[in-house]
Amino acid sequence: MAFEFNWEGNKDRVNRLLNFIEENKNKKGVLMLILQETQELFGYLPKEILELISEKTNIPLSEMYGVATFYSQFSLVPKGENVIGVCLGTACYVKGGQEILEKIQEILGIGVAETTPDGKFSIDATRCLGACGLAPVIMINEKIYGRLTVDSVEEVINQYR
Amino acid sequence: MMTVEELRKIKEETLKHMESKLYKLDKEKIGQKATNRHVLICGGPGCYSSNVEEIKERFVEKIAEKGLENVEVSISGCFGLCESGPNIEIYPDGTFYSRIKIEDVDEIVEKHLCQNEIVERLLNEDAKKEDKILPVHQVDFYKKQEKIALRNCGIIDYNSIEEYIALDGYHALAKVLTEMDRGEVIEVMKKSNLRGRGGAGFPTGRKWETAYKYEADKKYVICNADEGDPGAFMDRSILEGDPHSVLEGMAICGYAVGSDQGYIYIRAEYPVAVKRLRTAIKQAREKGLLGKNILGTGFNFDIELRLGAGAFVCGEGTALMESIEGRRGMPRPKVERTAHKGLWGKPTIINNVETFANVAPIILKGADWFRSIGTEDSPGTKVFALGGKVKNTGLVEVPMGTTLREIIFDIGGGTVGGKKFKAVQTGGPSGGCIPEEFLDTPVDFASLSKIGSIMGSGGMIVLDESDCMVDIARFFLDFTVDESCGKCVPCREGTKRMLEILERITEGEGTPEDLDRLESLAEIITSSSLCGLGQTAANPVVSTLKYFREEYEAHVYEKRCPAGSCQALLQYFITDKCIGCTKCARNCPVSAISGKVKEKHVIDTETCIKCGACMEACPVGAIIKK
Ligand SMILES: Cc1cc2nc3c(=O)[nH]c(=O)nc-3n(C[C@H](O)[C@H](O)[C@H](O)COP(=O)(O)O)c2cc1C
Ligand code: FES
Repeated sequence: MAFEFNWEGNKDRVNRLLNFIEENKNKKGVLMLILQETQELFGYLPKEILELISEKTNIPLSEMYGVATFYSQFSLVPKGENVIGVCLGTACYVKGGQEILEKIQEILGIGVAETTPDGKFSIDATRCLGACGLAPVIMINEKIYGRLTVDSVEEVINQYR
Repeated sequence: MMTVEELRKIKEETLKHMESKLYKLDKEKIGQKATNRHVLICGGPGCYSSNVEEIKERFVEKIAEKGLENVEVSISGCFGLCESGPNIEIYPDGTFYSRIKIEDVDEIVEKHLCQNEIVERLLNEDAKKEDKILPVHQVDFYKKQEKIALRNCGIIDYNSIEEYIALDGYHALAKVLTEMDRGEVIEVMKKSNLRGRGGAGFPTGRKWETAYKYEADKKYVICNADEGDPGAFMDRSILEGDPHSVLEGMAICGYAVGSDQGYIYIRAEYPVAVKRLRTAIKQAREKGLLGKNILGTGFNFDIELRLGAGAFVCGEGTALMESIEGRRGMPRPKVERTAHKGLWGKPTIINNVETFANVAPIILKGADWFRSIGTEDSPGTKVFALGGKVKNTGLVEVPMGTTLREIIFDIGGGTVGGKKFKAVQTGGPSGGCIPEEFLDTPVDFASLSKIGSIMGSGGMIVLDESDCMVDIARFFLDFTVDESCGKCVPCREGTKRMLEILERITEGEGTPEDLDRLESLAEIITSSSLCGLGQTAANPVVSTLKYFREEYEAHVYEKRCPAGSCQALLQYFITDKCIGCTKCARNCPVSAISGKVKEKHVIDTETCIKCGACMEACPVGAIIKK
């Protein structure tokens, strides 16, 4: 994807990140903290920002890339405005989580780890969300929806259209 | 700075407002008169997602509108019975309402609180027996439970450090700091024989002693809140419902081993728990219960949160330390104990959330009390997350030694929809499937491993006759392949080969040799992997092969899935329910269905492409997959 990072539009966020780096620079094991802050601020890890972090902290890009690709929470490409996490933990799997995932893919016309063309939604297949009592479960942004059926999930998604 | 005296004062003051809800702790008192009434709303992970904040607001509004006095409303941690949430209990009478919606609030206030009249239609279904209304502690789900780790969950307001203190919170910390020397704390912990609740069951006191005896300029205490078992939420419920119990346990550990810095490594999938922990840490610092010179005793201890980023292997102690240090979370070879050389090369104690939650009660009530609960080999209780095909899904805490049958049938209410019980999976991706014949096994560390599973961290998934055991094994291997960090070959490559074989079998392409291959791969991976992830990765396969071999054989020899779950092996049949309407035949894209009007139709399974169109078209549900 050809993609130009918008420095002007992200000025505030970039400044917040720079402050965060400044405040935490001397903490041990700071790389994870910085990457998490970056993911939180921008919704993904923009290449341009990783270069900036490297400059400020002297941590080589290659090391950052190694860490970023190891953990599934980090994304190197932008995610949709609403991230739908479909739980495929054991409790949800035996209660039909897979069918819920297939239905959501059908509704949105995208696959796992993809984003709709309008940038509204992306789908993640996640591990246990800790609400197994309500299986099958999905999480949209930070809100949990449980006891879903293949028929009820469309209504939930429509609330975010 | 807080003193021990002030701690006592906070306790007394706060207890006054809590009176009637404390009846929950003292069954004798339920139903007796109290100076106030309490509407207690469950804010556990399940219920919280059902807008309980709004339900609480509505209660407060309506109670004010009616001018009722001495009625308190609060949200607490998980009650345990997620199945019927959102749940509400009203004290002093202990009435148990379930599946409450915001529209129901007015009726509860008008009838129950204003006129002392129980709203029967909202009662929990098990709170009514033969026309008698049972208070919550007599409901089957709760009868056999005993709570230590979850002692405050479902009672105190998780945002209130005062309520935690009121129930003797931070009193154990005060006791060790003012009355016990470090060696005495270690002795009590050793004598209690509290075994780690994170899975391996290592004796906590012995672990602490190792670090205690090792001289170093800096030591660390880590709480493992990575809760990686996919299908378990015990730790989450403790962290969200009673965060201070974990902080207190860590501080006591810090004092005993001589550490002034703790870390909680928590998975990022738990945003609510992260928020509540942040609040709790801030409160404890403000009250001088964390930080410098705690309770004026000169002891310093502080706690920092570190978030995981979605990697199961980071639950393994040394991988977790790598992750805190800011690297890829790959396990270290176990040359030295982490109690000698752990985080940043310093002596480090790592314990599970539930382990830490058990510490304060042991200090206050003593090792003998703790050993009086549970079994000789595994004292105390264990929290389980009961899920899958069981009626009462939720969180249960029972004395060790309780049998699987008691947990699944007496507490859990058995399977749902009249389906037959098939197996229970414990220990997640490192555990195994236990068949019906072993249901009378007591749950403790030794008994479960004897039958090919493990205690694990407490996930317990019930499977019924419609679950295919080969597919369950495939599910777990799929998980392990995804989560293997890739550092050692047996785990990285071996699990992948096993997964490929299992996929073949579930697709009907398996051969008899595949079963032998699975067995030999399992042996190699188990004996030669670097860390616990690989060493236990084959367990789901080994246990299902052992107890459900005939299911594997049906897939391989007869190309049949007895549970009717593997899509590729299913065939469509028309049962006697058929009314001969011809709809199925007209909808079949390959004309595989024949039959006369008003007579039973038949599917030619050779021609059938298993598209399912007939099943959808049938108006009477006469078509089944088998
Ligand atoms: C692959 C793997 C994942 C693990 N995940 C967890 C976990 O999520 N939570 C946990 O407490 N222990 C986990 N453990 C166990 C830890 O390595 C360690 O034994 C435990 O945190 C020690 O605490 P305890 O003695 O209080 O149980 C895991 C182990 C392995 C090998
Ligand atoms: S398995 Fe889906 S929430 Fe736990």
